[in-house]
Amino acid sequence: MGVAKRGLIRYAQPDGRQTRRPSWAAPRGDIQMDVIDQGKRELFMSPDMDQAREFFKLKNRALVSKVMTAKQAVERFVHDGDYVAMGGFGVVRISTPILHEIVRQGRKGLGVSGHTATHDFQILVAGECFDRCDNAYIIGLEARGVSTAARKYMESGKCRFTDWTNAGLAWRYKAAALGVPFLPGRSALGTDTFENSAIKVVEDPFTGAKVGLYPALYPDVAMIHVHEADIYGNARIRGIVVADDDLARAAKHVIVTCERLVHNDEIRREPDRTLIPYYLVDAVVEAPYGSFPGNMPYEYFSDEPHLKQWLSVEKDPAEYRRFLDEYLFGCKDHFEYVQKCGGLERMMELRRLELLIRTEPESR
Amino acid sequence: MIHDCNSMELMIVLASRLLEDGKICVVGTGAPCAAGMLAQKTSAPNLVMLFEAGGVAPILPTMPISVGDSRTYYKGLAASTMADNMALMQKGMVDYCFLGGAQIDMYGNLNSTMIGKDFLHPKVRLPGSGGAGDLASLCWKIMVITPHEKRRFVPKVDFVTSPGFLDGPGARESAGLPPGTGPYKIVTNLGVLGFDPATKRMRLEQVHHGVTAAQVQENTGFELLVADPLGETLPPTADELRVLRDEVDPHKYIIGRE
Repeated sequence: MGVAKRGLIRYAQPDGRQTRRPSWAAPRGDIQMDVIDQGKRELFMSPDMDQAREFFKLKNRALVSKVMTAKQAVERFVHDGDYVAMGGFGVVRISTPILHEIVRQGRKGLGVSGHTATHDFQILVAGECFDRCDNAYIIGLEARGVSTAARKYMESGKCRFTDWTNAGLAWRYKAAALGVPFLPGRSALGTDTFENSAIKVVEDPFTGAKVGLYPALYPDVAMIHVHEADIYGNARIRGIVVADDDLARAAKHVIVTCERLVHNDEIRREPDRTLIPYYLVDAVVEAPYGSFPGNMPYEYFSDEPHLKQWLSVEKDPAEYRRFLDEYLFGCKDHFEYVQKCGGLERMMELRRLELLIRTEPESR
Repeated sequence: MIHDCNSMELMIVLASRLLEDGKICVVGTGAPCAAGMLAQKTSAPNLVMLFEAGGVAPILPTMPISVGDSRTYYKGLAASTMADNMALMQKGMVDYCFLGGAQIDMYGNLNSTMIGKDFLHPKVRLPGSGGAGDLASLCWKIMVITPHEKRRFVPKVDFVTSPGFLDGPGARESAGLPPGTGPYKIVTNLGVLGFDPATKRMRLEQVHHGVTAAQVQENTGFELLVADPLGETLPPTADELRVLRDEVDPHKYIIGRE
């Protein structure tokens, strides 16, 4: 049995002697990697790469149309108890139609992964849809302030949670996307975030340095809003990708919502622009203004007054209920929500904001 | 002469002066972003601003509201991924980051996760690390802009979200964090603080005009080391204030906050 020591591995010779060599030069042998330290919280999803392979072995590769409505996509692919992950970045390129539909259909007991989860998290809180959460950033909406409802939910004891950082969760998706059980990394070691995570620390068998191991995360379902997709699910994103390249490859099921459908010829004309190939995707939902009230890069900016109103009504339970009844439960779909929030006229304003187009004369 | 300015303007100007030209700095929204923009327009035109969600080297038209919104790569050099920008930090190519928090202690550890002692039943739940813990782990020099209040400068943070020097010399390295990294400067409304190289404890290095070391100590919940000689802040120049007010934050989103 070899014992790892700072950069050196001792290993037994056939004659019983022990010799030391730099660990990267050690021959194959009976060497064990010791866990030096570990976070004490729950790992909600198995990082088992062979279990994942068994699933992906059977995943459909047929080039068939997957176009459906948000309602159908949630009915078919999001079940009570599933573990879901949101693409985008909280209020940027989020899949609002799917999030609202999950709440409207009353999904319960979900697991959720939130790297920077802000308004997307706030929507799922409105339905109290989840009871376990891998989180890096939750309850806040960055510069806009904190969601009272999300804070109350996370303080209520209704949800179990395990702490991570944004890089930690991005690496967990990447490990799953690669089909390996973990990625090594150096973030958050020595912190209370580490203590409340499920990271394990080992000595790198090549150099002897301490590294954290971030376990692969294979969500049951990912919802990712994109600019363009064809009917099969080949999808393009403009602007920052955040972690969606890896998330699409990590998740067992992927629901893509898109600003617009494009013809397959268009995808084939510029294949280098395909970030998510169709065989990863299970549902394609055409959803113009699908990231509203969030930002959609190069399309429309976030609706700050609406987000502010959402944050403010949360402070009064009766008002909050009325607001949700009006804007979420009372809408049959995303089109109706957009319509209630000012319709095309408002969308035009948000487009001009995004594109920095001023129509009034400059005043100084 | 000393120009009138509020404490937010003062902190942003001082933070901007700490940024060297030709370096890479991760910024968030708010004051750090304003400091980066100001540095670009004054002393560090070739400073690269990096955003944790994927934005690289934007020419910011307005203040971003989210570290992932489309402003964070407006006229930028790249629109990348979170894993890519985090990897750049982990590889050792990111010189600075700016962080904040509800609490900071004498070793520069920051808390943005919770107030209270029981993780599963926090007294007050805060948003959490996001990328802050990553930046504090992986960038070379950590900088903080914060109001100087006793309730923020505490002997021990309730929760270490972003690692400073943890519990003293050698602690970062023995936890497995990259050697040679750690807290660098804390810019507050009272002065600028650094860290004693031997003990890794927070040390007052300069006070703003009209502020005494005793006043800074009064607003700090632990014993501060004081540099000898103690410096005094060079006040913002007319030019720095003009650029900050007219070009960086004309709508006073940040400098109007105080």
